[in-house]
Amino acid sequence: MTEPTITSSNETRELISFRVGEQEYCVDIMAVREIRGWSPATTLPQSPAYMRGVINLRGAVLPIMDLAARIGMPTTEPNVRSVFIVVQAGDRTVGLLVDAVSDILSITDDMCQPTPDIACENVRHFVRGIISIEGRMISEISLDRLLPEREALAA
Amino acid sequence: MDELEAIKVTFFQECEELLADLEGGLLAMQDGNDDGDTVNAVFRAVHSIKGGAGAFGLEPLVRFAHVFETLLDALRSNEIPGTPDLTALLLRASDVLADHVSAARGLGVVDMDASAAMAAELKIATDPNAAPAPAAAAPAEEAPAPAPAYVDAAAPIVIGAPQSDIGDGLDDDDLGFDFQPMTITLDAQAADAAVLDGNVWTVSIRPKSDLYRKANETALLLRELSRLGPIQATLDDSAMPALEFLDPEAAYVTWSVRVETDQGEEAIREVFEFVDGDCDLEIVRGEAPVADVLATLLDVAAPAPEPVVEAAAPEMTFEAPVVEPVAEAPVEAPAPVVEAAAPAPAPVSAPAPAATPVAANAPAAAKPAQIDVPGPGQSVIRVDPERIDRLIDLVGELVINQAMLAQRVGEYGIAPSSNLAMGLDELEQLTREIQDSVMAIRAQPVKSVFQRMPRLVREVANMTGKQARLVMDGENTEVDKTVIERLADPITHMLRNAIDHGLESPEERKAAGKNPEGVVRLAALHRSGRIVIEVQDDGKGINRERVHSIAVKKGLISPDLTLTDEEIDNLIFLPGFSTADKISDVSGRGVGMDVVKRSVQALGGRISITSRPGLGSTFTLSLPLTLAVLDGMVVDVAGETLVIPLACIVESLRPKAEEIRPLGPVGSVLAVRDSFVPLIDVGLTLNYRDRSPPPTEGVVLLVEGEDGSRAALVADAIHGQRQVVIKSLEQNYQQVEGVAAATILGDGRVALILDVDAVINLRRRGPPPPSDPTLIAAE
Repeated sequence: MTEPTITSSNETRELISFRVGEQEYCVDIMAVREIRGWSPATTLPQSPAYMRGVINLRGAVLPIMDLAARIGMPTTEPNVRSVFIVVQAGDRTVGLLVDAVSDILSITDDMCQPTPDIACENVRHFVRGIISIEGRMISEISLDRLLPEREALAA
Repeated sequence: MDELEAIKVTFFQECEELLADLEGGLLAMQDGNDDGDTVNAVFRAVHSIKGGAGAFGLEPLVRFAHVFETLLDALRSNEIPGTPDLTALLLRASDVLADHVSAARGLGVVDMDASAAMAAELKIATDPNAAPAPAAAAPAEEAPAPAPAYVDAAAPIVIGAPQSDIGDGLDDDDLGFDFQPMTITLDAQAADAAVLDGNVWTVSIRPKSDLYRKANETALLLRELSRLGPIQATLDDSAMPALEFLDPEAAYVTWSVRVETDQGEEAIREVFEFVDGDCDLEIVRGEAPVADVLATLLDVAAPAPEPVVEAAAPEMTFEAPVVEPVAEAPVEAPAPVVEAAAPAPAPVSAPAPAATPVAANAPAAAKPAQIDVPGPGQSVIRVDPERIDRLIDLVGELVINQAMLAQRVGEYGIAPSSNLAMGLDELEQLTREIQDSVMAIRAQPVKSVFQRMPRLVREVANMTGKQARLVMDGENTEVDKTVIERLADPITHMLRNAIDHGLESPEERKAAGKNPEGVVRLAALHRSGRIVIEVQDDGKGINRERVHSIAVKKGLISPDLTLTDEEIDNLIFLPGFSTADKISDVSGRGVGMDVVKRSVQALGGRISITSRPGLGSTFTLSLPLTLAVLDGMVVDVAGETLVIPLACIVESLRPKAEEIRPLGPVGSVLAVRDSFVPLIDVGLTLNYRDRSPPPTEGVVLLVEGEDGSRAALVADAIHGQRQVVIKSLEQNYQQVEGVAAATILGDGRVALILDVDAVINLRRRGPPPPSDPTLIAAE
């Protein structure tokens, strides 16, 4: 259910990469449940800007999170090519709104570098490592941290 | 051994029920309702637990239960008088017994010292009345009669399972009990029983099929009888039909037993205590001609007027039954039955549940035509809750599907009078009925939670040195099982709090002119589609000054904040708030009420407190009746579709301009008949829009909040009333203020269910600066 921790071995992992704005990000393929085309979501009141709302995913209420907004970039304007990636984050299932899915990567851990120490706290918080492949730089998202803690809710 | 484990599970389930009966009975006695039946019921509960425990070799439990039972037996035979002190002792003993049961289940351990001390107390309570029961002279292993001499739980006593009571059933490792063919004299017991005519009884037993259905067993009854003295048993199978007409689940035979005993009729009747009502029983002094007895029972002309013993032809002597080891007996398939009678309606509750799982053996050799057929199912079925949950989920999907279908048909413009539309209406009705029925399966009285509370109150009162009496109301209020399970924790917390913080010490109470014993009232009731739990104490009430100053001192509120009394009372729900001067074992770690509040809110519930200084406080907890469905009004607000719970709506109306009056700089109220109700624009409150359109363009829904306060919610349009399936937002996200839950509408889109109280509260605070945690927390 949770993401596998980074091990020092040379085991191959598969990741799904996608575009958010001009940047490339990826998540572990084992956490991905499905990828769906964009459909309008029901707005949630009193919620942070990165929560696009909720949709009906076969009877379950699925929150949709704007990944760009979550990591501090401008909010995404969904268009016909936008998709959301349904991922398992801890015990919750959530849809991540992204601009487009790129491809599936097969990587070994030695291709993974620690996140460079840059000033942006969001990046340090949400990115668990950077993958360099064929001259591209792809940041791996730390899914566990994407959703706010349930307890953090004010009464 | 899995089968044995399964039986054991059943035993523990029954223990739960028996413990509840025990406590219920004791509490009734405490309230002065101790008629003989109550004492007997209490005795039977302990007896049955002991019996079952014996069968599983749960020695510590058996030992303790035995001491307990002995005292109860003395009480019910009026050897010792019932006093309030004694009842209190019995209640505490029932707690220890419950601990033993839990320990036997592998849940927790028993404080053996406390148990031994309790056993000693029980023994002392049994002892003072030195007049021993008639049976005291009898050998120690004669269990049914009270024998104070061997009551000592500290020293291990051996209760030979096969020799003890009926309920003990069969011991694991001694399964073939030593039943001897009929004419044997059981010397040990009968040594001093003079065979005088006055001591001879004739007992006629005609089991009904229910007796076997409850897994009782005539062989065991006979064995019990043999404890009283030598017996001679005769079987009359004249009513037995030919094999091809035999109903394997019916009972056909009658036993006639000649007993020599110096114990009275009572002792004999006691043997049949557990099969009361499940067999026709006749006890006649002397050598009553069997046939006469049979005739009275069977209403048939008996062929042989011979007295007893190996008498007339159709009768046959009783031979040692072939008893199979219990472990191999079919699980949950009660006694394979050979005998039968005219079907008698099964009494709702089996008198001796604990005896059931063990004694499932057929009186085999008594009849050549033994047929192993499992007995019919009981009137109560135990179902894995997951199956019901699955069913409820499916019905939920059905409801959504039905709504979608109705919407599609509507879109095609089919006339409401057409066959199709009418068929759909019927479908809707059926769907609804199915849903109600399914929900009813899961509905349970809150009793199961309430009955754990008296013990808690006793323990907390003991720990804090207070005197508290618990009064319970509305135990039969029904609520969905999913809700029940979540009730226990908040109730526990509220009760602890009421005793620890609410009630004063007996001295303080006396000084204040109150009864030193405080009363805590726990009540459940249905109110506007929700279940309300109230915990009320008659203590000192909340010291508002102190609460306020502590909240300020701890930096929970700013000092210059002016709060109403109610707001101050509710400060105790703030995280990190604790008013206890010293931290007690019971409460006061400052994690109490805020945790309760959070867990209650997570369920879509609310908790509040009201308090009157010197008179006490009342906690009110309200929860939805079910976490599955809701009747709601579907409305449009700023382009969003919302569902407002129907239970909150008093009426809906289109406001006229003259009914709307401005009040203050931004607020306005609606004149509804003679009262003025605050107008709340839902879209504005939920930040769907920045400014509200004139209320006259929309629809007003007059709603009533949990606390009875009214508000007029303004929506843009009403779509109508619908039953919706509640979908949790928290499952994949978290709670959202102002939103109770989500649902899926006929068009497949998610709609949010409005939390009316939260909306009223949000509005009361005005449009808050979002970064003011104090106010939000103080809600």
